Amino acid sequence: MSDGSVPLLRAEGLLKTHHGEGAPAHAVRGVGLSVARGEFVAITGPSGAGKSTLLHLLGGLQRPDEGSIWLDGRCTDSFSEARWAVERRKAIGIVFQFFNLVSNLSVADNVELPALLAGVPPKRARAEREELLAELGLTGKERSMPGELSGGEQQRVALARALVNHPPLLLADEPAGSLDSKGTREVMRLLSRFHGRGQSIVLVTHDARLASAADRVISFFDGRIADDAVLDAAPPRKSGTASVLELRD
Amino acid sequence: MRLPLLGLLARGPAHGYELKQGLEQLLGSAYPQPNVGQIYVTLGRLEKSGLIEGEDVEQSSRPNKKVYHLTDAGREALHAWFEETEDEPRVRDEFFMKLALAPQTGLADQIALINRQRRQYLNTMRDLSKLAAAESRDNRIAQLLIEGAMLHLQADLDWLERCQEELEELE
Repeated sequence: MSDGSVPLLRAEGLLKTHHGEGAPAHAVRGVGLSVARGEFVAITGPSGAGKSTLLHLLGGLQRPDEGSIWLDGRCTDSFSEARWAVERRKAIGIVFQFFNLVSNLSVADNVELPALLAGVPPKRARAEREELLAELGLTGKERSMPGELSGGEQQRVALARALVNHPPLLLADEPAGSLDSKGTREVMRLLSRFHGRGQSIVLVTHDARLASAADRVISFFDGRIADDAVLDAAPPRKSGTASVLELRD
Repeated sequence: MRLPLLGLLARGPAHGYELKQGLEQLLGSAYPQPNVGQIYVTLGRLEKSGLIEGEDVEQSSRPNKKVYHLTDAGREALHAWFEETEDEPRVRDEFFMKLALAPQTGLADQIALINRQRRQYLNTMRDLSKLAAAESRDNRIAQLLIEGAMLHLQADLDWLERCQEELEELE
């Protein structure tokens, strides 16, 4: 089922408590949300609010204590770890704050690997990789090792890796969290561009500049959704921006 | 507006319309349509206070135009302007007063106020992002100005977040 009425991602009653040393930390306390196909949703909030835990639950990287998640209408309650791993190869791409590239594989191999694992023929994996790297301005870096690249470049490789199998959903966890402001703008531009072509995105960030690229911003506080706001699609309004600089008499 | 116009005239004499274009070129989309009326009014005031002088220049098929130049007093005023530092942006704005008074009036909820204000800031942030994307990358001054506005807004959003954390604990 993938008609427009079924949300691409739906969660209900998610609960997750971390039991580390000291008192148990209630990271996610009863969260329900729904992401439509083609939507770009940002989740913002202070550090420690539980937003990264929420994203990990949505990507099956952690399992909730309670609650359920549906991917494109399919309930994931009974999914095994192996089944989630398959979803993350085919249906969900993920980028992380610290890139998580395989350090002893070249840029090209990092991007092709998930395609090969998903059973794509090598020739096509290579073509996909070439196209994505070109698109992300990384042509000529194929033979480089991740450690030889800047943070911004590594994040672009991670984005290529996440998108190589054309997953319907992209999850991004603080993708600009370890980048400078130039790298942040680059990530923002790329996410907007992929979104413009129909990519569904759920982005966790504490950076409002990044969040403002989304259609919808969820404010997350203390493990709960405090606000869920659809941003204006309208062109810039008069107040605030028509003149960033207001010259007085 | 007074001092920026003096600043533009420090480059050389100009008439009102040239000054409008000067502002547009300098600030790009960050200041899209300088009000030409306001420029002429301001030029009149500057002339009255002796900071600039205007000379009528005849034009063949149009009314005379007035070309302004900076006087010594005007140059002095500009020097003083560059010497002074500016006041910092004000945090104690109208929103803060609403937040402070809400619980006492019983007419509004603080968290609802914060959420509504955040939506407004996020929409403005989105507008600024679009403005930055539309502005030429080569216009560094305009880009820096927009980035400055975005960083201010980011700080305002961070502050809303702090307010929410503190005030929710009390509930």
